[in-house]
Amino acid sequence: MTTTNPATMSAERFALETRNMHIYYSAFRAVKDVSFGVERNKITALIGPSGCGKSTVLRSFNRMNDLVPGARVEGDVLFRGQNLYAPDVDAVQVRRRIGMVFQKPNPFPKSIYDNIAFGPKINGWKGNKGEMDELVERSLRGASLWDDVKDKLQQSGLSLSGGQQQRLCIARALAVEPEIILMDEPCSALDPISTLRIEELMFELRQHYTIVIVTHNMQQAARASDYTAFFLMDADRAGQLVEYDHTEQIFQNPKDSRTEQYISGRFG
Amino acid sequence: MSTDTAPRSRGRLPEGDELHRNVVGRQRVGKIWQSVLLACTILGIIVLGLLLFNIINDAFGGVAVQSVVPEEEIFTNRDPASLSQAELIAILEEHLRSRILRNLEREQPLIERSNADLIELINAEIIKPEIVAVYPLNEYLFNRAAITASLAEEHPRAELSFKSWLSSDFLTSPMSSRPELAGVRTAVMGSLWLLLITVLFAFPLGIGAALYLEEYATDKLFDERSPVGRRLNAILHRGSSIIQTNIYNLSGVPSIIYGMLGLAIFVRALESFTSGSFLGATTDATANGRTIMAAGMTMALLVLPVVIISSQEAIRAVPNSLRQASYGLGATRWQTIWKVVLPNALPGILTGTILAISRAIGETAPLIVVGASTFIVTDPSGPFSKFTVLPIQIYNWTSRPQVEFRAIAAAAIIVLLIILLSMNALAIILRNYLRSKRVS
Ligand SMILES: Nc1ncnc2c1ncn2[C@@H]1O[C@H](COP(=O)(O)OP(=O)(O)OP(=O)(O)O)[C@@H](O)[C@H]1O
Ligand SMILES: [Mg+2]
Repeated sequence: MTTTNPATMSAERFALETRNMHIYYSAFRAVKDVSFGVERNKITALIGPSGCGKSTVLRSFNRMNDLVPGARVEGDVLFRGQNLYAPDVDAVQVRRRIGMVFQKPNPFPKSIYDNIAFGPKINGWKGNKGEMDELVERSLRGASLWDDVKDKLQQSGLSLSGGQQQRLCIARALAVEPEIILMDEPCSALDPISTLRIEELMFELRQHYTIVIVTHNMQQAARASDYTAFFLMDADRAGQLVEYDHTEQIFQNPKDSRTEQYISGRFG
Repeated sequence: MSTDTAPRSRGRLPEGDELHRNVVGRQRVGKIWQSVLLACTILGIIVLGLLLFNIINDAFGGVAVQSVVPEEEIFTNRDPASLSQAELIAILEEHLRSRILRNLEREQPLIERSNADLIELINAEIIKPEIVAVYPLNEYLFNRAAITASLAEEHPRAELSFKSWLSSDFLTSPMSSRPELAGVRTAVMGSLWLLLITVLFAFPLGIGAALYLEEYATDKLFDERSPVGRRLNAILHRGSSIIQTNIYNLSGVPSIIYGMLGLAIFVRALESFTSGSFLGATTDATANGRTIMAAGMTMALLVLPVVIISSQEAIRAVPNSLRQASYGLGATRWQTIWKVVLPNALPGILTGTILAISRAIGETAPLIVVGASTFIVTDPSGPFSKFTVLPIQIYNWTSRPQVEFRAIAAAAIIVLLIILLSMNALAIILRNYLRSKRVS
């Protein structure tokens, strides 16, 4: 098992860190012995062939796997030195700190304004209408959607284009002020121009947030990420971390021959 | 492309002429089935049309009215309006027996009554117009000659006129043993009260159970680490899966069985509640447990499985991506259910529930078992009154021999249908309104 870790592990440096993580769906082991650290204020891309467990790993970072009956995580997932799967940790609190953007844009069938206000409200936000207006504007600007929608905040979020909807979902995630944003193939339903806008947005967000993104698009991983983790299934279909390093390193000088084969499109 | 050389065992697709014949054959089969389906539809429409025709035919039509004493004879060919009060009183005194006159005087002296009142009195007590024959609409419209001929023979003084048995009087009068005077007010009010109680019980219970089964049933409520907790979890899980699999069976149980259940539980065992005596004052001393409350709870039980099933379907139709979005923002499960699942499922829940409950309005059997009255003239005054409902009233009327009762039964059926259709319309309007509110 080649699990490469760049430099030493430390709670300061890593926003998230997994140690010997195994993930099961009932009896089936989907992910096997993954250990790596996600660097703070960087973009980390998870790549690998379909079914190798990228989404599963991503969902384990904010305990979305809890929603799948039978799903189980073994080993440690450390966030600020605290194991997310310790018995006294509440998944609700974890998700407030670690937000998620899904593959298919999923705005609520509510107005654009209410889509953004939903998160703060359910999390016990206190403030007046003016402050909420500010928060909504700040979140929409953060997702560079403000100029597109500032005149139609009361229209349904579903009336936006696909790319705008995805940025609305990002804005919605920003509104609860998370530290980490997880994105599962956020551009797979978007055209190239919307994709580029999301990538630009990711670079802007990197100043304040740590981003983990799953992607099937090799160019996207190469141009839009700082670190890349390559996953692959082993003989019993359990996903494993093959190689984890700086993105340039992975794409220009991979250590593992399987990584090289995959990124040059020869298998997977 | 030729398959000549292919080994026989590989089979062969039709080509050329054979292909043509094959396609024509398959198209023909399709056409035949299409006409069969069309025939089914037409048959259904015809049956529905016949049903409507039947009802309308009975609810409207002609009546032949004949007075006991001819009007001209009483008023001696004068216009009643032109007569003086003294002349009218004279007519009354001439034709009525002294005992009846004395009674009338005691109610209100005749001299103190207005002319119009006196004329009405003469009409009701002396002339006494009576319905001597009733004709359904089609006979009245298309068989006039035969009707007039038979009338001329049997009731020479009778006058034929059009009558709509469905009238404002019919809607506002209580039950009566005389069909011309009987109305559906008591029954309509009973039906509406029953509806209210049914909704009050079935709606929250049904939606609650559906939410539990859809959103919580797979949950581990107790601590899995202790053996007792594990055991309790297993029992809960077992229980909800038994309910889940049997809910369809429950919705198919004949309604009369729910009636017997209601009789045993709500009428007998819970009598102190359903009779209202727990509140101290019973509104209806003779009702015992046979009240709107008991019937409403029985009906709620009857529609509960359907309410649960349709609510579950509506809840299941809420896209999972919305639940995930909510959880992803740090919502608790209850917040997700209350703020995301329920608002999005509500249009579907309401439609399904209203349709289920509107079926209950047409139910008769369980209500007879739990003791709905068949003849009652006082309006229900609250959930603890005796009551009757439209279907029972209709049943009661259709089982009487006089044709007049058949006519008012048809009119009552129209009232029932209008209530049902307006509930269904309400369901559709509500659903569209809620949908438009969510999306636009
Ligand atoms: N909810 C689930 N229940 C059971 N098994 C699951 C579930 N989700 C995923 N799996 C299994 O776990 C393995 C990894 O799935 P995962 O969705 O993480 O793959 P992925 O790398 O994201 O693939 P893709 O690139 O196609 O999205 C697969 O074998 C899949 O069948
Ligand atoms: Mg995936």
